[in-house]
Amino acid sequence: MPRRTDLEKILIIGAGPIVIGQACEFDYSGTQACKALKEEGYEVILLNSNPATIMTDPDFADRTYIEPVTPGMLARIIEKERPDAILPTLGGQTALNCAVSVAESGVLEKFGVELIGAKLPAIKKAEDRTLFKKAMGKIGLEVPRSGFAHNYSEAMEVVRSIGFPAIIRPSFTLGGTGGGIAYNLEEYEKMAMAGIDASPTDEILVEESIIGWKEYELEVMRDTADNVVIICSIENFDPMGVHTGDSITVAPAQTLTDKEYQILRDASLKIIREIGVDTGGSNIQFGVNPLNGRLVVIEMNPRVSRSSALASKATGFPIAKIAAKLAVGYTLDEITNDITRETPACFEPAIDYVVTKIPRFTFEKFPAADATLTTQMKSVGEVMAIGRTFKESFQKALRSLEIGVCGLDSRLFDMRTETRRALSQKEQKLLLEKLRIPNCDRLWYLADALRAGINVEEINRDTGIDPWFLHNLREIIEKEEELRQAVADGDKSDLSKTVSRELFVEAKRMGFSDRMLSILWSTEEESVCSARHKLGIRPVYKRVDTCAAEFEAYTPYLYSTYEEECEAFPSDRKKIMILGGGPNRIGQGIEFDYCCVHGVFALAEDGFETIMVNCNPETVSTDYDTSDRLYFEPLTLEDVLEIVVKEKPDGVIVQFGGQTPLKLAVALEKAGVPIIGTSPDAIDRAEDRERFQEMLHKLGLRQPENGTARYFEEAEKIAERIGYPVVVRPSYVLGGRAMEIVFDTDNLRRYMTTAVQVSPEHPILIDKFLDEAIEIDVDALCDGKEVVIGGIMEHIEEAGIHSGDSACSLPPYSVHDRIVSEIRRQTALMALELGVRGLMNVQYALKGEEIYILEVNPRASRTVPFVSKATGRPLAKIAARIMAGKTLKELGISGDIIPEHISVKESVFPFVKFPGVDTILGPEMKSTGEVMGIGYSFAEAFAKSQMGANVTLPLSGTAFISVRDADKKHIVNVAEKLYKAGFGILATSGTAAFLKEKGIPVKNVNKVAEGRPHIVDSIKNGEVALVVNTTQGSQAVADSFSIRREALMHGITYYTTISGAKAAVDSIIALIKNELDARSLQDYLKQITGCA
Amino acid sequence: MKAILALADGRIFEGKSFGASGEAAGEVVFNTAMTGYQEILTDPSYKGQMVTMTCPQIGNTGINPEDIESRGVFLSGFIVREYLENYSSWRATMTLAAYLKENGVVGIDGIDTRALTRHIRDKGAQNGIISTTDLSHENLVAKARKLPSMSGLDLVTGVSCEKPYNWREGSWEIGKGHANPDPSTLQFRVVAYDFGIKYNILRCLVDVGCNVTVVPADFPAEKTLAMNPDGIFLSNGPGDPEPLLKAQIEIRKLIGKKPIFGICLGHQLLGLALGGRTVKLPFGNHGSNLPVMDISTGKVEITSQNHGFAVELESLGDAACLGHENLNDHTVEGIRHCRLPVFSVQHHPEASPGPHDSRYLFGRFVEMMKKEKGC
Repeated sequence: MPRRTDLEKILIIGAGPIVIGQACEFDYSGTQACKALKEEGYEVILLNSNPATIMTDPDFADRTYIEPVTPGMLARIIEKERPDAILPTLGGQTALNCAVSVAESGVLEKFGVELIGAKLPAIKKAEDRTLFKKAMGKIGLEVPRSGFAHNYSEAMEVVRSIGFPAIIRPSFTLGGTGGGIAYNLEEYEKMAMAGIDASPTDEILVEESIIGWKEYELEVMRDTADNVVIICSIENFDPMGVHTGDSITVAPAQTLTDKEYQILRDASLKIIREIGVDTGGSNIQFGVNPLNGRLVVIEMNPRVSRSSALASKATGFPIAKIAAKLAVGYTLDEITNDITRETPACFEPAIDYVVTKIPRFTFEKFPAADATLTTQMKSVGEVMAIGRTFKESFQKALRSLEIGVCGLDSRLFDMRTETRRALSQKEQKLLLEKLRIPNCDRLWYLADALRAGINVEEINRDTGIDPWFLHNLREIIEKEEELRQAVADGDKSDLSKTVSRELFVEAKRMGFSDRMLSILWSTEEESVCSARHKLGIRPVYKRVDTCAAEFEAYTPYLYSTYEEECEAFPSDRKKIMILGGGPNRIGQGIEFDYCCVHGVFALAEDGFETIMVNCNPETVSTDYDTSDRLYFEPLTLEDVLEIVVKEKPDGVIVQFGGQTPLKLAVALEKAGVPIIGTSPDAIDRAEDRERFQEMLHKLGLRQPENGTARYFEEAEKIAERIGYPVVVRPSYVLGGRAMEIVFDTDNLRRYMTTAVQVSPEHPILIDKFLDEAIEIDVDALCDGKEVVIGGIMEHIEEAGIHSGDSACSLPPYSVHDRIVSEIRRQTALMALELGVRGLMNVQYALKGEEIYILEVNPRASRTVPFVSKATGRPLAKIAARIMAGKTLKELGISGDIIPEHISVKESVFPFVKFPGVDTILGPEMKSTGEVMGIGYSFAEAFAKSQMGANVTLPLSGTAFISVRDADKKHIVNVAEKLYKAGFGILATSGTAAFLKEKGIPVKNVNKVAEGRPHIVDSIKNGEVALVVNTTQGSQAVADSFSIRREALMHGITYYTTISGAKAAVDSIIALIKNELDARSLQDYLKQITGCA
Repeated sequence: MKAILALADGRIFEGKSFGASGEAAGEVVFNTAMTGYQEILTDPSYKGQMVTMTCPQIGNTGINPEDIESRGVFLSGFIVREYLENYSSWRATMTLAAYLKENGVVGIDGIDTRALTRHIRDKGAQNGIISTTDLSHENLVAKARKLPSMSGLDLVTGVSCEKPYNWREGSWEIGKGHANPDPSTLQFRVVAYDFGIKYNILRCLVDVGCNVTVVPADFPAEKTLAMNPDGIFLSNGPGDPEPLLKAQIEIRKLIGKKPIFGICLGHQLLGLALGGRTVKLPFGNHGSNLPVMDISTGKVEITSQNHGFAVELESLGDAACLGHENLNDHTVEGIRHCRLPVFSVQHHPEASPGPHDSRYLFGRFVEMMKKEKGC
């Protein structure tokens, strides 16, 4: 059946902000869907609150609503736009939940809107555990024994029939939020109650544990003619018990015979048909008992998922794109496979390589969080690597992670001298614990277990990891020893003579990096590399083609391996290579991928061949459709240089992918790579503390007093000179890693001894902390001669809160024009002095009338997409063109765009996933994503940003206020406004006394330490609608921790800064007066003239 | 031990030997299935061929006593990217290498199988030699050039059974093994011509209620009809159908007498018996992921295929029409007689390895027999 002609206008719902469990994979799928539907001539309406997405670029949809993804807003947009259909299956759980809610409220019926992709009954059948269990029973499939509970007594009854360990899964939550595994009654009580709390329907499913079973996922597609195909099978390296998002996964499945695989396939077909997903992709998870093959169905996602993105990248089959086409009536046999161009999409990809995905964690950001891996997802990103064997693919994935490892680095051994030794008792104990309890470091300990001579059977018993994987790792470890021995006593001056070519090739074929070899051979990476080249050992590039070479592939989607034949076939066109950002992490995420993709778009428009290098399977940049040529490779010096040798690009861009490519800049340039844009020297000049200071002196600009310390005494001296409080941080970091505000010598000592490793090579930076200063962020473009300001943003939260964590407003909402002009002048001065070619970001602190420069980054910043959306000026595209040689003048870019509308960016935090972690903000970045709110007043824009971030501003009720002394004078105004708006005010003694004195009626409540009933009781009883809590000093922070945590867990809106609270209260008052309206980005931008 | 694969056109691949050592010869083909190497090894249709698996990790699940498709291993060489000695499967009882050795099959591992596959794709399937004994490139290429082409070769003799036998085993199920149904439930008497039949075809026939008598490839039609079966099945098998004149003659005698169902080589022989022609494909279709449309319903099934020859539709004239179409290369995937209860498919509905989407064809065969029987 060809495309439906009864539909004209289709609304796509995006996934909203990046959170744990829902990352840029939904931008990838949403972007594909927008493109596919527009290509088919449909009018596309889009709702997504995340400005850092490609899909929300104004040309990807006809009408783009950067508005909160909430049922209320969706209903409003439906009313306004009157779409014929909604496609809810491409925006993750957020979109699906939002669509379900609107469908249930009758809005769809009222306006005659059809759900396409998956209908309401199918969604319910897949998502509702009882219905799902029943459906599985009907088609003869087993699910783990289970039962539901909605309260304490039900929870206790259920667990009696199931026993321990028991798995707790809250209904309708993202990435299994609030779930876990309980091994005893005490844990169970706690987890069950937390789970009921986390579930929007106050419901948990308690399940029989099948921990240790093999875990598989199948990606299934179905069309309206009931054709069903399996796109990819995925096998989890980590057995059942670890959330699949936190598991290492491998595609295709490796340890199933055909008979066993077909059981999974048959079950998948039955499931998608029984659940009744009409069209598109679904993801089905299975558990398989390794002892007898007993199969249980774990769950089914009736939508495109994180695994679908992975499966798309792993196979070359664009699941989301095809899903969108199926949703409008096409059948699989009517769609052509883009890669082969002659065969239909109705087939099952054949893979002739092995794909490994490894998640990336950021527990270092949340020291109080429990780092045990469970059924609740905790990772923030992932890498994927492709190799011809599991060993190669696995080792490539390891070095893609960018966590300071270059392979199976040892935790217990000095790999230069010992790769074999017996362990001490203490080490043995540690090892056993690390193997038995899943954690993010497990696989490195696993390698050490093999080094210590523990056999595969034992490790399999302790970890449940399939012996096939373990034997592969054992072979790597054995090869490691052989490699070390080969050089141990040999001549290191010329390794090409010491190491046989055969052994060298074997090592590379197993995926050993040059860096790892240099460790094993106690030499420099450079020596390994030059020996390798001398021996003529170079990687070849193979194509990902969906068909295992059965047909010719027209898409250069490439990966490296060490074999005979290279299929890269580079062209002789003018070409530019863009290095991507690697795995998502806190501090470096989708914003940088957005810039990379824009760079590609702009350069392609200008006739360059574009080459993308990246290893993040979630992203738009790693879509084979985005650039002319895609190298799915680790972003290490070795891997990048080999591609450069193969491709010989005319230019390489390092300033779009965040810190990842920037770190390589100097080494690349040294190796003769033509880096275009701002020179690595200029980058260094901005990053090197002393050189930067010299520059500011020269320009007559001011920065907070500061110093660089290599040891404690030096730090102490500096701090005393400039005066406490001071901001301390290691040099060369992104996302404020290990950054702290220190108020006294004791804390400075603690910081330097426990928080960071200080050395002459890695000094710490100390800055005067500017209390109560306003922070301002500027993104600018410079071509070396002229400077254009992209956007000036005023932070809502005061300086001291990491810029990535604070909300901000464009244009500034409280700063005087005179100051803004001065900021413009200073920005231009620095851009020209540094010789920036491309983008530059500056952070200023404004204390009174004094402007201080906090930092300058001559690269794409996190705010580039936000600014581009707010002003309609595509900064990254312009920057790419500048780097390729154009001037701002030639591009017709001049002057600032100062829109009439106000845009507010708000950050989104993962606190709810990490029990025990405080929600207080500081100089270390903790947010995973962002949303944008746009309106014609600051209050409206801020209100939308809060809603988008899933913060509900209460319009009535009781506000609880408890602030530190320094904030008391500032809170009066907030309290007064709330009181006048009809809120009751509740406060702890100090704050209450202060407010009463100012004439505001306040009710006292006990602090937790003051006895019950106290404030936490009130929160738990639902008596509080809003919490404003600021605090300082470790004791006070500890005392008030439970207030913030309980507010978070009960979904009560809270603010931990005065400025945040002020903005919120103004928005509440505006909301009381007027409801929020939805407006499309295109409408806002229409009013801006002169935009590029 | 070092091993060399030499192709007739002079291309050489160096790797390591696993399995039996010595020298093996045959037509080199690739199979894109990602699971089921054991079924592939034991598929008699590979007689005279050396198979390279495009899936790079082979041997992972070892060898088990259940997943066998015939009495032995018929292919002459096995070519993989990486063989891993340590397997993982609760059903396995031995390693792949040991199995190959036991069956005298030469295996080669460590070669760039993707390069080999692309070579075959671009240059066509061709003869080759794997050797662990003679490592001279020139010698091996010369030997490969001397090998006869597959076209015109009768490979069925020597694969087919020698005398008729009865089959009653049904399909495999997890935890239960192969079904062993009560003979009284097998209502349809089927004579199956064995041109190199896969056990799973027999199992699938049993599953739908057939009591099967397997007969040799040259079994006279008269004898078959004397058994008065409800239906006749023509099996898969190796190589070119054209030289199998005896079989074609016998089949011609059976058409119109009883319902007939053919698979793979059986399908090609039926095409020839109906007066059609077959052609050799450049590199054939060997895999578990091929889309096929059932013309009668318009539905697509993902199929398992293994053939180097195909029936030409035009050559059939009015005798038969297109029943199934291969959506990748648009070759004839199945034919059905315009008037008679006679049909065949090029692919393998019995799968093993591969998807089960086409199992319904056995049901269709039963429906035909039912209708003829008048029940």
